[in-house]
Amino acid sequence: MLIYILKRVLYAIPIALSVTVVSFMLVYLAPGDPLNAIAPADAPADVIASLKSAYGLDRPVPVQYGMWLLRAVQGDLGTSIASGRSVTGEVMSAVSNTLMLAGFASFAGVLVGCILGALAGYHRDSWIDRLATALSVIGVSIPHYWLGLVLTIIFSIWLGWLPAMGAGPGGSGEWLWDFEHLQYLVLPALTLSVIPMGIITRTVRALVSDMLEQEFVMALRARGLSGRAVFRHIAKNTAPTVLAVAGLQIGYLMGGSILVETVFAWPGTGFLLNTAIFQRDMPLLQGTLLVLCMFFVVLNLIVDIVQPMIDPRMGRN
Amino acid sequence: MTDIPLTTGQPDRGAGAYQFTGHTLYDPLIAWEANISNHPGKLVPGLATSWKVDAKDHKKWLFTLRQGVKFHDSSEFKADAVIWNLDKVLADKSPQFDAKQSAQVRPRIPSIASYRKVNDYTVEITTKDVDALFPYQLPWFLISSPAQWEKMGKDWSQVAIHPSGTGPFKLDKLVPRERADLVKNKDYWDKTRIAKTDRIVLIPIPDAMTRVNALLNGQVDIIETPPPDVLPQLKSAGFRIVQNITPHVWPYHFSTLPGSPWADIRVRKAANLAIDRDAVVKLLNGLATPATGQMDITSPWFGKPTFKIHYDLAAARKLMAEAGYSKEHPLVAKVIIAQGGTGQMLSLPMNEFIQQSLAEVNIQVSFEVVELENLYLHWRSGAKADMNAGKGISAINLAYVTADPFYGITRFVDSHYIAPNGVNWGGYNNPKVDEMVDKIRTSFDTKVQDGLLAKVHETMVNDALMLWVVHDVNPHALSPKVKEFVQAQHWFQDLTTIRM
Repeated sequence: MLIYILKRVLYAIPIALSVTVVSFMLVYLAPGDPLNAIAPADAPADVIASLKSAYGLDRPVPVQYGMWLLRAVQGDLGTSIASGRSVTGEVMSAVSNTLMLAGFASFAGVLVGCILGALAGYHRDSWIDRLATALSVIGVSIPHYWLGLVLTIIFSIWLGWLPAMGAGPGGSGEWLWDFEHLQYLVLPALTLSVIPMGIITRTVRALVSDMLEQEFVMALRARGLSGRAVFRHIAKNTAPTVLAVAGLQIGYLMGGSILVETVFAWPGTGFLLNTAIFQRDMPLLQGTLLVLCMFFVVLNLIVDIVQPMIDPRMGRN
Repeated sequence: MTDIPLTTGQPDRGAGAYQFTGHTLYDPLIAWEANISNHPGKLVPGLATSWKVDAKDHKKWLFTLRQGVKFHDSSEFKADAVIWNLDKVLADKSPQFDAKQSAQVRPRIPSIASYRKVNDYTVEITTKDVDALFPYQLPWFLISSPAQWEKMGKDWSQVAIHPSGTGPFKLDKLVPRERADLVKNKDYWDKTRIAKTDRIVLIPIPDAMTRVNALLNGQVDIIETPPPDVLPQLKSAGFRIVQNITPHVWPYHFSTLPGSPWADIRVRKAANLAIDRDAVVKLLNGLATPATGQMDITSPWFGKPTFKIHYDLAAARKLMAEAGYSKEHPLVAKVIIAQGGTGQMLSLPMNEFIQQSLAEVNIQVSFEVVELENLYLHWRSGAKADMNAGKGISAINLAYVTADPFYGITRFVDSHYIAPNGVNWGGYNNPKVDEMVDKIRTSFDTKVQDGLLAKVHETMVNDALMLWVVHDVNPHALSPKVKEFVQAQHWFQDLTTIRM
């Protein structure tokens, strides 16, 4: 097992390194000028030139990459061109907001998805199955931007129950675990949760219905095991796949849905990415991309390590 | 806006940002009258009570500074502070030089060559050339406190959180990307502009629908630029839409270089006559006014052009026929446009409208659609550049701020400013206009200046230098809780006028 974990960690290193190259280089492929983030549109050439020099943008790209990587491994992602603030600070603040949002959305999505999927799988072709399938299809295919707006219109404008935007009553910039703050989470988290909910419902439904036809389940039943005991076996066998899918979904949500965070003005990573792209803020864009990609790499690593703990056959393979 | 504009002194994010963290926290030497709505406003004393050009040397300007003014940190405003601030943005070797603030303001105060303190309350600024329009540059240059910079460990990022100016508001709290709390400066030196509201919270909400939802939900009381299609809903729910003439025009800027399809004045005039501007205003649900030139007709610089811009398809077709174009042989042109972005109004629908209108008079326009940031590159490079002429692009659609003579008029027609030296994008070169622009620069009598500017504008219109479509009206939507908000005919809105 230790060798397996070590191998997985070693595999992750070249992936992480590739991620740094892609995060850095992708930004150069986009049209436009990063200096537009700071210079007025009609800034004369000498202003642009002195800014380029001040931000080191006049150096060869490989040199810029080398310096950026060196600083990045020390935790310094540079300074945002647009705001002048530390990119590490900006990204970490956004990550904490998105973690909260993605955590709630993932928890709700995975929980509801597992329950709905299991019920649909157990009662294949029943009304429960049809309802679960319909909900999962809606969850996967509905435009989340639109869903967010609809939820806002209903719960914020018509009913006036929940705030329409923002990440807390504000002022302090600090999050508190009280109702006043939590109510800001409800609508964006609900909107985001339909994505993992839909995917996990479909996955669990397929796995459970398939599992019910397996010989070992029939054998378990023939041996007189209770329904609850059989379910435990089915759950254990479906868990690795569900875990892998859930891991990917959580990783995806960590990227923050740009549209959902924009609709709710939620200051998370999606909102930050949107801002960085909009402002052509290269250091901010590169830093945010890097941190998000690293999340994916680490999350996949964790899933890879946890899976064989649940199902030892995977480790042996 | 996606973020709170810079709070250190010179706001970033364009002209519109000055109303939030510029003229709220800080003051310029010369201000723009922005607490009135019934006329375009004029230059008024700010931290300088008066200014005059040296009678013997027209490059030298003397500024008499206001006495008894204190920064928010209680330090006194004197000539040293002005010099220190000029160094902050112009002298890159000075310890307080801030590249970011410098980038914002240097392009807006291009005339300054040198400066010196005469005494505690007098400052002399020398311009590179004789420039009678120089005072118009100074509302962009804001004065921050040297003492506060020292107190914050000479660190601009700390000053951003604890700024100190002389303005009508103080910054109470700043949460980057989320909010800035401004509180009334009860001791503000201009007693006529003491804020009517104790606290104003600025929240950046870039998405238009989210802004509207926040207003409808009661989370905010005023929003900028509500989308045109929600106006009926807002009005029926008791919200007030406030708008006014705004120095902002939405045009097609033609290339007049040889080989451009727009080089023929008949074609340019025909294009201007082919647009039903009232229909464009209708498309925007009333959030615009028809343009009959670069400036709004109420501007003192509009003049009396002989070419009357209006909707006349027959006249437009006649001009096109005279120029040798027909249905079988239409004029073909490519225009570079933005997919959207600040100030571009409803870029795509409006451009499609223009495209269909021009087709009516045998002008087939195709679009190169780019992001606004990319469009700026094409703009700065000029029509002649490879990225434009090389791709067959012969006109650019970019909304222009027209707040002062330089921004609104001279930079587009002066042959010295032909791109890449400036934003005379289309390469317009008219010696008579150059002569008038030179005279404007050397005429220190405002009436003479205004008269000459009107003549230049007349020539622009008569030459149909651009296809002018509409002027922006800078709409705001107000909740019923807002009792008063004076919307100036400018980008510099005075937030002290808000009363709840």
